[in-house]
Amino acid sequence: MAEIRVQNLRKMFGSFTAVQDSSFVIDDGEFVVMLGPSGCGKTTTLRMIAGLELPSSGQILLDGGDVTFNRASQRDIAFVFQLFALYPHMNVRKNIGFPLLCQGVPSAEVRKRVEATAELLRIDHILDKPVSGLAGGDRQRVALGRAIVRRPKAFLMDEPLGTLDTEFRDLMIHELRELHNSIEATTVYVTHDQIEAMAMADKIAVMNHGVIEQYGEPQEIYDRPATMFVADFIGSPSMNFVPFHASLEPGPAKISIDDQPIVLPDLREGIEDKDMMLGIRPEHIQFDDNSRLRGSVLGAEYLGTTQIVTVTTARGDMKARVAANIPVQNGETVGLVFDGHRLSVFEEQSGRAIQTQLHDPIVPVGV
Amino acid sequence: MANVTFKGVSKSFGAIEAVSDLSIDIADGEFVVLLGPTGAGKTTTLRLAAGLEKPNSGSILIDGADYTTTEPSQRDVAFVFQQYSLYPHLSVFDNLAFPLRSPLRKISEEEIEKQVRQTASLLRIEHKLKNKSTQLSGGEMQRVAIGRALVRNPSIYLMDEPLSSLDAKLRAELRLELKRIQRDLGSTILYVTHDQIEAMTMADRIGILSEGGLVQIGTPREIYSDPDNVYVAARLGQPSINVLPVSAMRPENAPGNAYSIGARTEHVRLSKTDKRSANASLDWIEHLGDQNHIHIRIGDHRLTMLADPRSDLAPGDDLDLQFDAPLYFDEVGRRIR
Repeated sequence: MAEIRVQNLRKMFGSFTAVQDSSFVIDDGEFVVMLGPSGCGKTTTLRMIAGLELPSSGQILLDGGDVTFNRASQRDIAFVFQLFALYPHMNVRKNIGFPLLCQGVPSAEVRKRVEATAELLRIDHILDKPVSGLAGGDRQRVALGRAIVRRPKAFLMDEPLGTLDTEFRDLMIHELRELHNSIEATTVYVTHDQIEAMAMADKIAVMNHGVIEQYGEPQEIYDRPATMFVADFIGSPSMNFVPFHASLEPGPAKISIDDQPIVLPDLREGIEDKDMMLGIRPEHIQFDDNSRLRGSVLGAEYLGTTQIVTVTTARGDMKARVAANIPVQNGETVGLVFDGHRLSVFEEQSGRAIQTQLHDPIVPVGV
Repeated sequence: MANVTFKGVSKSFGAIEAVSDLSIDIADGEFVVLLGPTGAGKTTTLRLAAGLEKPNSGSILIDGADYTTTEPSQRDVAFVFQQYSLYPHLSVFDNLAFPLRSPLRKISEEEIEKQVRQTASLLRIEHKLKNKSTQLSGGEMQRVAIGRALVRNPSIYLMDEPLSSLDAKLRAELRLELKRIQRDLGSTILYVTHDQIEAMTMADRIGILSEGGLVQIGTPREIYSDPDNVYVAARLGQPSINVLPVSAMRPENAPGNAYSIGARTEHVRLSKTDKRSANASLDWIEHLGDQNHIHIRIGDHRLTMLADPRSDLAPGDDLDLQFDAPLYFDEVGRRIR
């Protein structure tokens, strides 16, 4: 197992910058997800770590050793593409053992490790079956087994669940995370799917236009997004943004939107006469008839325990996640209040988050 | 627009009965979603409605007329598949116009232009009409594919997981749009998915399928809050309903023949208490972004619920847990009402 250290990594394709000066450290045994829209540079970063692309500048260190220009085969890293590719003419045992045979591992040892791997993935009962007759889930477990049987220093995975339907994907998300917990291999996983990222990652690197906009634990990224891009990309439905203009001193702060006073988390930096954006997660909005911030209900999406209500206000459409037993009628006028100390504040121009008490080193414990 | 009726329809492939004795009525202008796991018979049902498969027994009526063995081309239905297949060498406009330019239809180019523009504006892709279909994002391509079905204005739309290959954000966007379009046009849609969110947010009624048969059909609220059995109860709700043996903690007013308790987040009341009077404890909190799950332990049993964003419970807390009108099931999983 290994630590992966990426320093000032940069990749140009002609005049196009795919990855700009990326630096981050993946600790030994960590599961890191690189998340972003297509074209953000996440796959290019992964391919450079794998040795499938050479960087234009910068360094990649594997356990402290510089592997920047090593061949892929010299890095002891397993790359998992889509989990489907199996050798159709071999049975499960041979499929899993194939990488070891290629390395010239003695057959008794191959047998032992294949069986241990199969047990880990709970496919030991189908070891001698042909792969052609297997169900989808089992096929992927076999493909996964082939990747882990070598016990490489790190796993790199490029959207391995991308082509699966949602039902299987949910199942595999849990299995992959469980597998990681039991073998604790350093893993870098690329996806554009925030659900996969939030459910599996120890840390998430959110990328946009070749830049890592934030690198941190899932909860931190959700609660304290560093930029408006991150705030918008993570969360379903997305964070609501309401523009305002203000000059505010550091410390307790209050603004007013449509004459409705809104308490912000204590500011840790001042705001000088600037166009700002207030960021409100849908679950931090509640209905209150006394609020002067009003709108009319455009529609409600029923989700069982909760519902997502879209409200058209003078400041644009806002989505609120409220309990499903709150009755709402299309066209009805409602007042909105926000859960003050969970709000985010951004500079409109740069998209950067203003530091508030949410960013203080000791964060109040809560759910 | 039209209504569709399945009367005791069965379809076997060799020894496997994919659809068994299925009866369902879809009203004119209704959006019905068939929900079930892989192998429940969802897609076969759709293909039977389209005429791509012929039933072994039973009949299929459209607007009261028997269409059981009618060829697909004679049915006036449009099918939207999971994988959008557009003509890559044609522009978005020509892709949308293609079904209208069929020699059978003899529609004037002027009329085609009008209908294509109307459809494009409905789907908000007017500004992309001149693009090659390959110069589109995934969401736009799927919108064009849906548009190609809409432009023909058929009596019935059949959709087989049309959103499943899109990412979460686009899925959420297109869910809303599809529902809006269906309302605006008053279309009859039979839609197949295994995504419960799609079913709950779009359907007028959800039909729950299992092993080729219809287990229950009703509005999303009926299916969610008033399921006939454990299987239906487990289809909707995130996190899934917790099913515990009634012996785990027998609530006072549990019926005598109750075998298990089905508890969703809204059926459980939690309060912090001291160790001595606690009957449960908070194991851990799973942060999933848009929702957080709290995992609770009652003796040897575990419960997963949605966390209240305003609650201050923390892992390790001792809890007093009370059930509030949960669901009860008998030995074979039937609901006790």
